[in-house]
Amino acid sequence: MRHDVFIAGYGGQGVLLAGNLLSYAAIHEGRNVSFFPAYGVEKRGGAAMCTVIIADGDTGSPVVGHPSVAIMLNQLSFDKYAAKVKPGGFCIVNSSLVEADTAALPGVTLVRVPMNQIAIELGDARMVNMVACGAYAAVSGALALPSLQEALQKALPARNHSFIPANVKAMEAGAEQVRSAQGQ
Amino acid sequence: MKQVFGRSPSLKDVQTHFCPGCHHGAVHRLVAEAMDEFAIRDRTIGCASVGCSVFLYGYFNIDVVESPHGRAPAVATGVKRARPDNIVFTYQGDGDLAAIGMSEIIHAANRGEDITVIFVNNTTYGMTGGQMAPTTMPGQKTSTSPYGRDINNDGAPFKMAELLSNLDGVAFSARVAVNNPRNVLAAKKLVKTAFRYQVEGRGFSFIEALAACPTNWGMQPLAANERVGSEMIPYFPLGVYKNTDNL
Amino acid sequence: MIGKQFVKGNEAVAMAAIKAGVRCYFGYPITPQSDIPEYLSRELPRNGGTFIQAESEIGAINMVLGASAAGLRAMTSSSGPGISLKQEGISYMAGSELPGVIVDIMRQGPGLGGIDASQADYYQATRGGGHGGYRIIVLAPGSVQEMYDLTMLAFDLSDLYRIPAMVLADSVLGQMKESITPNRRPVCALPPKDWAVRGWAEGSPQNVVKSLKLGDGEMEKFHWEMHARYQLLADRESRWEEYRTDDARLIVTAFGSTARISRTAVETARAAGMKVGLLRPITLVPFPKKIYADLSRRCKLFLDIELSTGQMIDDVRLSVERDTEVAFYGRPPGAGSLPTPEEIFEQIGKVYP
Repeated sequence: MRHDVFIAGYGGQGVLLAGNLLSYAAIHEGRNVSFFPAYGVEKRGGAAMCTVIIADGDTGSPVVGHPSVAIMLNQLSFDKYAAKVKPGGFCIVNSSLVEADTAALPGVTLVRVPMNQIAIELGDARMVNMVACGAYAAVSGALALPSLQEALQKALPARNHSFIPANVKAMEAGAEQVRSAQGQ
Repeated sequence: MKQVFGRSPSLKDVQTHFCPGCHHGAVHRLVAEAMDEFAIRDRTIGCASVGCSVFLYGYFNIDVVESPHGRAPAVATGVKRARPDNIVFTYQGDGDLAAIGMSEIIHAANRGEDITVIFVNNTTYGMTGGQMAPTTMPGQKTSTSPYGRDINNDGAPFKMAELLSNLDGVAFSARVAVNNPRNVLAAKKLVKTAFRYQVEGRGFSFIEALAACPTNWGMQPLAANERVGSEMIPYFPLGVYKNTDNL
Repeated sequence: MIGKQFVKGNEAVAMAAIKAGVRCYFGYPITPQSDIPEYLSRELPRNGGTFIQAESEIGAINMVLGASAAGLRAMTSSSGPGISLKQEGISYMAGSELPGVIVDIMRQGPGLGGIDASQADYYQATRGGGHGGYRIIVLAPGSVQEMYDLTMLAFDLSDLYRIPAMVLADSVLGQMKESITPNRRPVCALPPKDWAVRGWAEGSPQNVVKSLKLGDGEMEKFHWEMHARYQLLADRESRWEEYRTDDARLIVTAFGSTARISRTAVETARAAGMKVGLLRPITLVPFPKKIYADLSRRCKLFLDIELSTGQMIDDVRLSVERDTEVAFYGRPPGAGSLPTPEEIFEQIGKVYP
């Protein structure tokens, strides 16, 4: 079993933390993981990207040309990278910030999640990445939500553990949004 | 018959390669006597530099590391941090310390490395044949300042003993000369003080020794010795610039 | 039982250095390797060692020279622009037969270049880098686990042969995170450092660590001795990894991050029924020449992949049998130039015999 996911957004959206959470969750489930980040030289506001490979065996290349799942948190990332998603794959977009045209992605399932809106409704706009993680779990089936919640303990510094319950809610909301959209 | 004068046991019984009238030999002897005084020869490590002083290991009965040009204070930092119980000193010339090695000396001094630096200022690059040094005096002719050092073009000479005394990391800084018996005796005392600071673990100690280089100055040994007193000392005044004994 | 840890490649280097008994780290900040000094500034003093952020790369390597001359395990780390500055000290260390570990997390160049991954410093690393005709040991990890394991090996080999050792990786390997087993320091019989400066006590020889050799024939003798030591190193320490080379008609060869990417391309090719294998040199100095010669008698073609316009290919060509064909696919380093496995698979298809 091998899963790969490419996450992109602008610096500050929590792209790298999202990648770390997926990684810790997969490790919690006993899988091998390779997490490969890339970001601009700017300390704030530059592009941020990461690739996470989850595998039972060898994780292989940390670089993926055509990911099976992509999470696009802003318009720039969508315009630049969405076309790379493998046919048969999924493109999860933050529809609060991204105008996505289905016709541009033949053979790819577009999953719209209004991540900013959901995060704000839950009380903190910074939880966009948590919503994204929950959505990924539901779309890919690669990870169980409880593993992601377990991952928060490892990925967050102890001083931020008080935010874990709110983050868990945001993950659940992300997953729920996907499930209800698929049910329609 | 009672022996009243002899070779310092910290020095090897060999002839040096130094030119007649060169002051390196006298400065070497003062360093050796300081080692004798504190009985530290067998735990002293010298960091040689590039220039006429590179053959430290040939003249001193001590272990020696040879450093790249100007880097002796960084090398000495590594040695001292690795072996804090050893006494570590560098012995550097003016081109080595005040030109290519300015960054290393300033930062080692500012960190207050517990080392002793012996800086021999003879206003020229000796080994490479008398080129202009960072301490070459205004108007002084050298092989690369044939019309005399022009401070508008080349800047003024560095006064290292004063410069380093301004850094908080420096515990002791002094300038000495060995051009006459009175100055030699004063220098001997201050070189010992510099090593005493290290023996006591008091931090960075610095000695600038004014020295003659008759060969590259194109002077007879006596005239060169004369020049130290008549030209150098007025420009580079002798004395203690920093002393933390009373702190 | 040692638990697994999910860490960055750079952190794995720092963890391994402490496990290997490094006593002194001297460095200067530069992206993409700053995690190494950051980790060691926190952990080394707690483990009884010394950490100094030096005034410059030059200061740092010369502090390594001093600490190593004093007999302790010492290291520094940097990237392109900083490694260039360190070449002076590395040359003096080589000339003084001093061990020491230098970690190079390659970035783009020339000049300031950029922070993306590069393999364009292969020549600089494997040809000595500084003046004077010397070589240093160069190890090329291909995973975060190897960043850990080869850092430890670098210390041992460097002490054994009294040659500086470099761990040569890039920002992919430095920044990526994987689960590693923080293995114990391997058992390695090391000679005593009886050459180190420690103070000349009565009855012991004077120790002088130096590179100046002015005696008649002294330098020539030194060079022949080092030449013999490099040969010994090649005979004993050449390391490589083979993947499905047994029946391969085409062998892809690459080191470090590109080998990692290529391996996935090789798997894709195998799934498509093509007889393709991978040969990854783990030691770049010594270059594992023999395995290239051996495999070149069996396969039709090598395909060399690099994140440069081609440097390691020189060593590949010098190692294979003379009539063996070596194809090349390279991407010069830079933002967006990291090749993908899909891209390398396409190249395999183009040249597959």
